[in-house]
Amino acid sequence: MSDATPTTIAERNPFVRAWKSGSKLDPRYSIAFLITLVLVVAQLRYHMLGSYDRLVLALAVCTATEALLSWFDRGKVVNLLSAYISGISLTLLIKPQGGALWPFAVGGFLAISSKYVLRYRDNHLWNPTNFAVAALLLLAPDRVSVLSHQFGNDVTTNLVIWVFGLVIAARVGVLHITVTYVASFLLLNSLRAAALGQPLLPEIAPITGPMYQLFVFFMITDPRTIVRGRRRQVLVAILIAVMETLIRFASDKGWPLPTAFNVAPAFLALALVGPIAKWFDLNKGAPSTR
Amino acid sequence: MIRNVEPHVAALGASVSVADFDGDGKPDLYFTNSRFGEPNALYRNRGDGTFEDLAAAAGLANLNRPGEGVSMGAVWGDFENDGREDVLVYRYGYLALFKNIDGRHFQDVTVQAGLHRWVNSNGAIWLDYDRDGLLDLYVTAYFRDIDLWHLGTTKIMHNSFEFATNGGKNLLFHNLGNGKFEDVTDKMGVGSTRWSLAAASADFNGDGWPDIYLANDYGPEELYLNDHGRRFVLTTAGLESESKSGMAVALGDAFNRGRLDAFVTNISERGYLFQNNNLRLNEMLEAHRFRNVAEGEIADAGWGWGAQFGDFNNDGANELFVANGFISADREKNYWYSMSKIAGANARFFEDAATWPPFGNASLSGYERSRVYINRGVAGWVDVAAKVGVTDVYDGRAVALADLSSRGAVDVIVANQNQPAVVYRDYPDSTNHWIGFTLVGTRSNRSAIGAEVLLESGDLKQRRIVDGGSGFASQNDRRVHFGLGAREWVDRIVISWPSGTRQVLLHPPIDRFVAVTEPTR
Repeated sequence: MSDATPTTIAERNPFVRAWKSGSKLDPRYSIAFLITLVLVVAQLRYHMLGSYDRLVLALAVCTATEALLSWFDRGKVVNLLSAYISGISLTLLIKPQGGALWPFAVGGFLAISSKYVLRYRDNHLWNPTNFAVAALLLLAPDRVSVLSHQFGNDVTTNLVIWVFGLVIAARVGVLHITVTYVASFLLLNSLRAAALGQPLLPEIAPITGPMYQLFVFFMITDPRTIVRGRRRQVLVAILIAVMETLIRFASDKGWPLPTAFNVAPAFLALALVGPIAKWFDLNKGAPSTR
Repeated sequence: MIRNVEPHVAALGASVSVADFDGDGKPDLYFTNSRFGEPNALYRNRGDGTFEDLAAAAGLANLNRPGEGVSMGAVWGDFENDGREDVLVYRYGYLALFKNIDGRHFQDVTVQAGLHRWVNSNGAIWLDYDRDGLLDLYVTAYFRDIDLWHLGTTKIMHNSFEFATNGGKNLLFHNLGNGKFEDVTDKMGVGSTRWSLAAASADFNGDGWPDIYLANDYGPEELYLNDHGRRFVLTTAGLESESKSGMAVALGDAFNRGRLDAFVTNISERGYLFQNNNLRLNEMLEAHRFRNVAEGEIADAGWGWGAQFGDFNNDGANELFVANGFISADREKNYWYSMSKIAGANARFFEDAATWPPFGNASLSGYERSRVYINRGVAGWVDVAAKVGVTDVYDGRAVALADLSSRGAVDVIVANQNQPAVVYRDYPDSTNHWIGFTLVGTRSNRSAIGAEVLLESGDLKQRRIVDGGSGFASQNDRRVHFGLGAREWVDRIVISWPSGTRQVLLHPPIDRFVAVTEPTR
C-alpha cells in the first residue's frame, strides 16, 4: 500500500498522464512538432528562411518522393511525417549560393531516396537529412553551405530550442543519446584544445550553435537509424564525438580534407560512423537489454 | 590586448575619393592610409595621364597620428558654397573637416565646425536632407566610440554575426550655414548602432527628399525615409528579411527603368557561407519596397567590398565593378575553419575579442579576383573581369569611378588594403556615343550633390545621381556619365536638383561634357 499511494497521486497528475500518453505516440509527431517550432521561431524572430519558395520546394520534393517510392516499394503510400521532418530540416540547413533552389530539390530527393536505395536487411542506414546534406557538401561545396543564418547568436532562442528539445528527447526516449554526445563533445574537444595548446572557448563554442541543435535533436537521435539498446546507443554517440574530434584535429593541423569536413565535422562524423554502427547492429541481432 | 584579432580589426582602412579640388576641371584623387605615421595622398590630375601628390603641401597628408586616430576615408563637398571642394576625413578617431582655402591649401576647421567627435567610422556622405541649399553630413560608425589603441576591455566585438546592434552610433550633422554643424542625430532618428560600413543617399521613393540607405555589417540593411526634412523614418522595405554582412552600397539604374537601385556586397566563401550579394530593385513607388534579384554569378563575388555601377563600354547599360578579398596572408592557412567555430555560437563566445581563435598569419578570403559584371539579359549578370583585363588579386576595399582624361570613359580606381592602389583605364567601344554633365548648384548646394539626372534617348531611359559618397569608403567623379550606344541624339534630360527645382534640357549635344547651372528661380 505504501508504494501504491504515490503512484496513484502521480497518475492523477494531468502532466504525468499527458506525459505517459504522449510517450505512446509515434515519436515522429513529437519530432515534427519540435522541428516546426524551430522553423517558426527562426522565421518569426530572424526571417531566416529568406524566401518561402525553398520551404515549399523542399517539402514538395520530400513528400512526393516518399509517396512515389513507398508506392513502388510497398504498394502503398506510407505516413509522410518523416518526409515532412526531412523537408523542414533541409530548409533550415541548406544555404545555397545565389539563392539557388535546386539544392532543396536535389537534397530532398537524395534524402528520401536514400531510405529506399541504401538499405540493409530492410533498414535504411543513414539519417536521410544527414545523408543529403553531407552529399551536397561533398559534391557541391561551390554551390552549397550549411546554416549561415545563426538564429541571432541569441541565448533566448538557444534556450527555447534546448528546453523543448530536451523535453521531447526525453519523451521519445533518446535523451541519453543527446546527453552522451554533448558530454563527449565537451570532454573530447577540451582535450583537443589542451593537446594543441589552443584556447578552450572557441573549441566548445560550436555546440551552442543552431547547426548543433538540429544535429543533437534531429539527426543522431533519429529513431529509425539509431542502433538498438541503450548501451549501444551511448557507445555510438561517443564514437560519433570521437570521429568528429579526429576530423577537427585534422582541420586544426591543416590536413587537406574536403571542405565539407571543415565546414560540418559533426555531420560528416555521423555520416561515417552511423551507417557502420547500424550495419553491425543489424548483423548482431537485438541486444538483451534495452 | 586584441593582438589575436588584430589582422581582422585593422583590415578596413583603404579609401579613395574623387574631387576636382583645384577647380581645373580635371578629377583628382585622394587616398587615405590607416597606418600611424603613414601619409594620405592627394593626387592632382595633370591631365596628361600622370598625377602629382600634393597632400603634404595641402595639409592633408599627416592625418594618422596617435591620439587622433587613423584615416579610414574621405568625402568631398562644398559645404560653404564658395566654389571650392572641402573634405571631411573620417577615421577610427576624431573626425577632421578641412576647408579648401585656395584650391591648393586646406585649413583644419573641425573644432570651429563643431565636429570634433571621436567616431570609429568607415563611411560618411554629404547630403542636403532639409533642402536648405547647404550640405549636411551623415557619418557611419563601426566600433562604438572607444579608443582602439587604449582599450579598457576586450569586449568590443559584435553581439551577433547577423543581427548585431552594439556598434557605434551613426551621426547626422546639420549644416547651420555659418561654418558650424549641429548634431541632429536623435532629433532626426537616424542613430543606428548596427555596425554600419557604408551609406548612400538618394530620393528612393520619389517624394523629392533624399533618403539614406545603410549597408550594415553583421546585420540587415536599413532604409531611412526622409519625411520632408523633419525626421527620418526607419522602414523595412523588404530589407529586414535577409540579415547579412553589408560591406558597401552602390547606387545605379540596373535595368534602365529610370530608378536608382541598390547593390550591396556581402560575404561568400566556398562551402562555409553564402550570404550572397544583393541587387535590390527599387520598387518604392509602387510597392514601398526593394526586391532582391541577385542570382547566379552576381550574387557571389567572394568577400565583396567596394562596388560601383558604371557604363564601361558606353552601350547604354550599366556594368558593375566589385572589389573583394579580405586578408591575403599565408596561402596555406585558412582562418575560415577557425571562424566557423564561433560564428554560429552564442554571442558571448565572440563578443569578447579575447576569446577569438588567434589569426596568426592565416588568410581569410584572400587572393580573390575582382569582378566586372555585365548584364547579358536572359543570361543574367556575367563576370567578364578576366576578359576586360581586370586581373588583380589584391585585397580590394574602395572603388571609385572617374573619367580621368575627360574622354567619355569610366576609369576605375581601387584602393587596396596593405597593397598598392590600382587604376584601370577604361577603353569603351569607340563606336558608341556618350554624354556627360557637370552640374553646378545655385539654390542647391554648389557641388550639386544629390542632383538626379534622368536621360531619355529613344528607348533608353536611365537615371544617375551626383555622388556625395557611396560604395565602401569612396566617392565618384561628381560629373555624371551616360553611355548612349549607337544613339546619336538625346531626346531630353530631366534634372531633379536637391532644392526641388526640376530642369529640362532638350537635345543636348553628345560626345562631350555639358555644363549645367541650376536655374536661380
